[in-house]
Amino acid sequence: MATASVYKGAGFDFSNEVRNTFLTERGIPLPKATSTGTTIVGCLFKDGIILGADTRATEGPIVADKNCEKIHYITDNIRCCGAGTAADTEFTTALISSNMELHALSTGRKPRVVTAMTMLKQMLFRYQGHVGAALVLGGVDATGPQLFTIHPHGSTDKLPYVTMGSGSLAAMAVFEAQWRPNMERADALDLVCAAISAGIFNDLGSGSNVDACVITASHTEMLRNFVKPNERVQKERSYQFRRGTTAVKKEEIRSLIVDEDITHLTGRGAAEGEAMDTS
Amino acid sequence: MPDGSFAHPQQRQFNPYTDNGGTILAIAGADFTVIAGDTRQSEGYSIQTRYAPKVFRLTDRAVLAVNGFAADGNMFVKKWYRHAHAKDMPLRAIARLIQTMLYAQRFFPYYVYNILGGIEEDGTGAVYSFDPVGSYEREACRAAGAAQSLVQPFLDNQIYFKNQTAAPGQSHPTHLPLPDVLAIVIDSFTSATERHIEVGDGLEIYVVVAKGRSPQGLESMRGVQEMSTRPDGDRVFVIRRELKKD
Repeated sequence: MATASVYKGAGFDFSNEVRNTFLTERGIPLPKATSTGTTIVGCLFKDGIILGADTRATEGPIVADKNCEKIHYITDNIRCCGAGTAADTEFTTALISSNMELHALSTGRKPRVVTAMTMLKQMLFRYQGHVGAALVLGGVDATGPQLFTIHPHGSTDKLPYVTMGSGSLAAMAVFEAQWRPNMERADALDLVCAAISAGIFNDLGSGSNVDACVITASHTEMLRNFVKPNERVQKERSYQFRRGTTAVKKEEIRSLIVDEDITHLTGRGAAEGEAMDTS
Repeated sequence: MPDGSFAHPQQRQFNPYTDNGGTILAIAGADFTVIAGDTRQSEGYSIQTRYAPKVFRLTDRAVLAVNGFAADGNMFVKKWYRHAHAKDMPLRAIARLIQTMLYAQRFFPYYVYNILGGIEEDGTGAVYSFDPVGSYEREACRAAGAAQSLVQPFLDNQIYFKNQTAAPGQSHPTHLPLPDVLAIVIDSFTSATERHIEVGDGLEIYVVVAKGRSPQGLESMRGVQEMSTRPDGDRVFVIRRELKKD
């Protein structure tokens, strides 16, 4: 290895790579990252794009977050759904969102979806799939409504309706059966809900609520928890513990107020003791 | 290369086992036992069926819950029915028989965790839990399967009162009444459904009540059905409930 520098460059830090490879070879695997098991979808309709996502995040078979947000902001007119390693989808979309804002400022134009798509695919290709982000990118720009999927290795597709994540097959089945060109907004929103619901109920990696986002040329509407088909039922019992349930081995109370005696040597306080010499 | 010749070393693998998820649990009371399991059967991220029973009535006083590899579980229960003619077996005898049946497959085990619940000859509620090769013990409560690590600590706290000091001058009860046990069982499963992806769809709760003892208002519960063959011996009931399906 080259001599270690005390200065850190921008971007990822690979300094633990050699150690971690060694550890993996010795049978100590890397910790498991939170993954958004996920169903994410997008579809074209008459006036623009509708994106959809479920809200379950998992760590293996355990539900890590019952109501997470998977539709990420890129610009006012572009949003991106993320599946895969939760941290990678969040940081990648945040980075590209930041770069898109700077790009819009420097060009003085309304940002385009292809620009975000190109930035994302170039970044993901550069990291050869190690940045585990599977994305559905959608928005409306000067060239009209645009919808893309971006795979973790950097390949992209441009289609009228797309799905990704572990629930992608369940969701795509719904799209293949029911999607038509030039759908009305309400019909398209129902279709996106049905596709996400198919993932929620038939894929164990997806669950909880439906998030949706409607993007048109004039307006973007984020519909957080648009449908909540999985509310928890009321518990049969109260699990309030009686005061004093937890055993106490030792109790020691220390006052945080430190007593202090103030002796005034000069000034007004001192004058009270004896008459001040004012001559 | 795998061309059928013996020129190169070849390796083949056959993996006959799979994990079908789900969770079971049993709690013994003074004169009753509750044995429950969810009804989801899954493999990986797919649901194979939303209704595959894991809890089976063996006799009027014995109920068996089987969890792990579903195919082995089905075969194991089927094997029991070959013994079904041996009627009026005491619970402890059924437990010992299960041990023998499991250990018979010591070097190609049934990939299942069994929990046997019922009424002992002295009329007390009993739970026997087994490992896949036949090691077993009698306990007051036990959870097994996918959400064992979520449910067992909850049961330790609520049934055995672990980490709870009793109010001054009082002591913890050794057995809870049936309504309390049923509430704890239902809450165990709704909570496991919230946080474990392999638990859900449906819940089957079997209740075995000792001969001549009151079912403590059980008959008026929603979705209850009696399974016993005769009304004057130990009695078996089943309560069926829905669980979340996501």
